[in-house]
Amino acid sequence: MLEVRALTAGYGPVTVLRGVDFDARAGEVTCLMGRNGAGKTTLLKAIMGLVETAEGTIRLSGIDLHDLPAHRRPGHGLAWVPQGRRLFGPLTVAENLEVGGLLHGHRREVREHVLTLFPRLRERLAQPAATLSGGEQQMLAIGRALCLEPKVLLLDEPTEGLQPSMIALIRDAVLRLKAEGVAVVLVEQRVDAVLKMADRVAFMAHGRVEEMVEARKLEHGARQFLDYVGV
Amino acid sequence: MKTWAAHLAVLALLLAAGFLLSPYHMTNLARILVLATFAMGYNLAFGYTGLLSLGHALFFAAGMYAAGLPIWHAGLAALPALGLGLAGGAFAALAVGVLALRTAGVSFMIVTLMFAQAGYLTLLYFNATTGGDEGFALPATGRRLFGADLSTDVPRFLAAWAIFAVTFLATLALVRSRFGRVMVALRENEDRARMLGINPFTTKLGVLTLSGAASGLAGAAYAILFGYAGASFATIQYSILPMLYVLLGGAGTVAGPLLGAILMFMLIEAATEVTSAWMFLVGAALVILVLFAPKGILGALRTRLRGLP
Repeated sequence: MLEVRALTAGYGPVTVLRGVDFDARAGEVTCLMGRNGAGKTTLLKAIMGLVETAEGTIRLSGIDLHDLPAHRRPGHGLAWVPQGRRLFGPLTVAENLEVGGLLHGHRREVREHVLTLFPRLRERLAQPAATLSGGEQQMLAIGRALCLEPKVLLLDEPTEGLQPSMIALIRDAVLRLKAEGVAVVLVEQRVDAVLKMADRVAFMAHGRVEEMVEARKLEHGARQFLDYVGV
Repeated sequence: MKTWAAHLAVLALLLAAGFLLSPYHMTNLARILVLATFAMGYNLAFGYTGLLSLGHALFFAAGMYAAGLPIWHAGLAALPALGLGLAGGAFAALAVGVLALRTAGVSFMIVTLMFAQAGYLTLLYFNATTGGDEGFALPATGRRLFGADLSTDVPRFLAAWAIFAVTFLATLALVRSRFGRVMVALRENEDRARMLGINPFTTKLGVLTLSGAASGLAGAAYAILFGYAGASFATIQYSILPMLYVLLGGAGTVAGPLLGAILMFMLIEAATEVTSAWMFLVGAALVILVLFAPKGILGALRTRLRGLP
C-alpha cells in the first residue's frame, strides 16, 4: 500500500534519511524503532511532505506522492498523528473533529465511528481540547486523523507519557483499525507495546531501515532491541 | 442561541446609548463604531487567523479613497460609494496577500508595512488627484443616504450603527461557521491544519480579503460620515490603532474590537485632559494590560464565559 524506496531527505544542508526502503501494508501494524536521531520522525514527515526529499520515491496505492504539496496528501489517504498531539486547544472536541473531517464533508458516520472507537470523547464533545487529560487528548488526536478516513495512519509515539489504562485503550483502538484494514505505521520505543501490536518491526539507524523483522519472531531481549534501541 | 442573543443585545444597547447621549457624544459613538468596524476586520486576520499585519492602513485608505474620489470627482452617491469602498479594501488586501502571504511572522509584518507605506507615498505623489497631504472634503451631494443627510447627528449615527451591526453579525456568523474553525486551526497550528488537508495559503488569502473588505467598508464609511478623506489615514498609525483596539478588547472575540475601541477612545480623551503627553499615559495603560491581561479584557473573561465566540 505505502512504498518508500531509496528515500534521501533532511533539513536544508543536513541529510537525515539516507536511502530508506520501507513499506506498510493494509491491515498490518508496522512499527518503527530506533534510537533518538535515527530518522523515525523525519521519515513520517517526509511521507507527509513536510520535509523536502532529495532522492527516492514515495508511493501510495501506486500513486507517486513526490510532487504533491503537503496539504494534498491527506486527500490520498494519509493521516499523521504527531508526537505531542498538537490539538487546536481553544476548539472543542466536536470542533476538532469537524476540522479533521472537512476534506470529506465531515460525514456523520465517520464521526460516529470515531466516537465508538473512543466513547470517552462523546462525553467531552463540548469541552475545549486544551482542557482534556493527556490520554483524552491522544484519543482526540487519533480521532481527528481518522476523520480523514485514511488508508495509512502514521502514529508518532502515541502512548508516550500516558498511564497504563490509557495505553490499553489506545492499543485496542490501533488493533481495531488494523482489523478494519488500515495500514498503521507506529513509532514506538516501548518493547512490550511493540510486541503486543506489531506485525512487522522496522529497525532504523543512521537514517536507514537496517532490518525489517516479523514481530512474531521477536521477544523481550532480542538482539535487534539491544542493537537498535538499547533495551 | 444564547450567543446570538447576547450579541443582538449589545447592538440594541449601542442603539439606545446613541439616543441617550448628547449630540457631541453621539458623534463620538458614531466614530467609535466606524473604527470598531475597522478593528473587526483586523481581528479576522490577527485575532482569529494569527496574521499580524502592519498594513491595514492601506486597506482602510483604499476603501476611503475608492469611495471618496468618485464622490469628489464624479458626484457619485453614498450607497454605491460604500460598495466601491468595500470592494477597494478587498482588492487591496487580495493584491497584498498574494505576495505577502508567501512570508510569515515578522517577515509578514514587514512586507505588509512596506505595502502600506508604498500606498501612503502613492497618495502623496498623485496629489493632484488625491488631494495629497491635505486631503479633500466630500461634497454634500455625496453624503446623502436614502434621503437622509449624513452630515447631521442622527442619520450619521444610524448609518454608523447599521454598518457596524452588519459587520458585527457577519463576523459572528463567519467565526461560528466551519470556515471560522479553520481560521482558528490555522492560528493554532498551521502544519497540523495542513495535515488535515487544509490549504493554508488560499485560506489565509480568503481571510485577508474579507478583513480588507471590512477595513475598506470602514474607510469608506469614515469618509462619507465625517466628510473628509486624507493621506494621514494611510499612515502606520492607522495600522497600529486597530491592533491596539483588538489587543485591549480581546483578540479572537467578536465583541473585543468594540470594547477596545470604546476604552481606547475614552482613555485618549481622559489622557488629553490631563497632559499633552497623553501618548505616554496610553502607552503605560497598554503595558499594564499586556502584563496582567495579555489576552485582552474579553479574552481574559472567555475562560469563564463559554458563550463568547
